[in-house]
Amino acid sequence: MRVSMKVDGVTYEDEVEPRTLLTHHLRDGLGRVGTPIGCDTSNCGSCTVSIDGESVKSCSVLAVQAAGADITTIQGLAEGSEWHPVQKAFQQHHGLQCGYCTPGMIMASVDLLTRNPSPTEDEVRHGLEGNLCRCTGYQNIVKAVLSAASELRGEGPIAGSFRDADEPVPATSGASS
Amino acid sequence: MIPAQFDYVAPTTLAEAIAALGAAGEDAKILAGGQSLIPVLRLRLAFPTTLIDLSRVSELRGVGEDGDVLVIGAMTKHSDVIEDPLVRQYAALLSEATSTVADPAVRHRGTFGGALAHADPAGDLAAVALALDAELVAEGPGGRRTIAAKDFFVDYLETSLSPDEILAAVRIPKLTGDWGVRYEKFNRVAQAWAIVGVATAVRTEGGSIAEARIGLTNMGSTPVRPHSVEAALVGASTREQVVAAAASAADGTNPPSDLGAKADYRQHLARVLTARAVSQAAGITS
Ligand SMILES: Cc1cc2nc3c(=O)[nH]c(=O)nc-3n(C[C@H](O)[C@H](O)[C@H](O)COP(=O)(O)OP(=O)(O)OC[C@H]3O[C@@H](n4cnc5c(N)ncnc54)[C@H](O)[C@@H]3O)c2cc1C
Ligand code: FES
Ligand code: FES
Repeated sequence: MRVSMKVDGVTYEDEVEPRTLLTHHLRDGLGRVGTPIGCDTSNCGSCTVSIDGESVKSCSVLAVQAAGADITTIQGLAEGSEWHPVQKAFQQHHGLQCGYCTPGMIMASVDLLTRNPSPTEDEVRHGLEGNLCRCTGYQNIVKAVLSAASELRGEGPIAGSFRDADEPVPATSGASS
Repeated sequence: MIPAQFDYVAPTTLAEAIAALGAAGEDAKILAGGQSLIPVLRLRLAFPTTLIDLSRVSELRGVGEDGDVLVIGAMTKHSDVIEDPLVRQYAALLSEATSTVADPAVRHRGTFGGALAHADPAGDLAAVALALDAELVAEGPGGRRTIAAKDFFVDYLETSLSPDEILAAVRIPKLTGDWGVRYEKFNRVAQAWAIVGVATAVRTEGGSIAEARIGLTNMGSTPVRPHSVEAALVGASTREQVVAAAASAADGTNPPSDLGAKADYRQHLARVLTARAVSQAAGITS
């Protein structure tokens, strides 16, 4: 089937077999390998992308179902060389170790913060329940998301675990981590 | 894994979908949100020859009213059910239970109708449909028929839909008056299916229970409605009376024994969670 979709701002049109999963189309068809596959059971969330503004597990959607859709992957979040605030927060708070879950974790976090700009710690944990991380123990992921939320609200990031040496220490905001 | 090959059709009306289902023969399958079906295809546990995708049939989506009844299109996504103001007002039990289903990304694709048609006894929404006396509207080449929830769930992953029928909508009588609701879901880790779940809607009058509706998740091959507990709850106004009535919640049930729990533990949970859910729904604290 001919399928056209917009991925990270670029429109692609390709011949796609109906059985092709969106995640395979993105990776193998379009060469956009920023979205990893972590499981065979729709549980891990590492493949999370946004379709028309909603987070979905791209391993659980057929590429043909995404015909005409506007898709954002982890590779489309940054503005030029400027990282998205959630990406920055994951780096600052050491929200990753091996990094395998990170693209999905960040896409799910962006979706969460779009719907709930001021989540509590508990809401962050629940909001990310579809994303598994085998490394971090989640603590720093939660910190990163709370910090990104604070930054996106215009209240500045929460004092982070890691900073570049030349970066000023951000003022501690009202939000706690 | 990559699913085995199949043909794919994406009709835009229900009539076209019914015709496509008829034309594709007996190994065709409906694709709704795909959140149960695509994992099954990917593990190659099913080999449909044709998938008929309902996601472009807009008439199957959305929530409306028909007098005293709420009408929810089968293709309404879990995330839309949760947010819908009519559902919140007249079937709050459904929005509460739906918010415990899976995780946000799965809820952005999975549908109410798909969850019911899939008929997994561990699924949260069948017990809610049963407790709220929902009716399921099926459409096929022979026209439309309405099936009561108690007759819809036949066995493990089996419903009374015939292979040429499509579940079009779910009709739920509105709860009006002083109803409290609670879905108690017992699971040990995030994003997991219920080991046992208890859906309750309770109407109180002057502090005591006037009417109770209960649906049990994962206590057998279909959802269970413990009518004897509902009857015993009438008049209850203390925690002790609720616990006494809930003591028979597992009577006659035949829950599975699996990695999640053994059958006798599930029966224990059904009693405890029923008491908890009813007390909470009725606002009975002591
Ligand atoms: C990681 C994960 C966790 C989950 N956790 C839970 C949970 O905790 N609780 C829970 O209740 N569910 C859970 N689910 C399942 C989820 O609720 C699914 O959305 C639901 O079971 C199926 O809905 P769907 O729209 O995705 O249907 P699909 O997967 O598209 O279809 C499921 C089946 O129903 C048939 N079907 C679908 N729609 C119709 C229709 N309109 N008419 C006739 N037949 C139809 C299909 O042919 C197929 O056989 C989970 C799923 C995943 C992937
Ligand atoms: S790859 Fe694990 S949920 Fe998609
Ligand atoms: S950082 Fe390794 S899985 Fe999350």
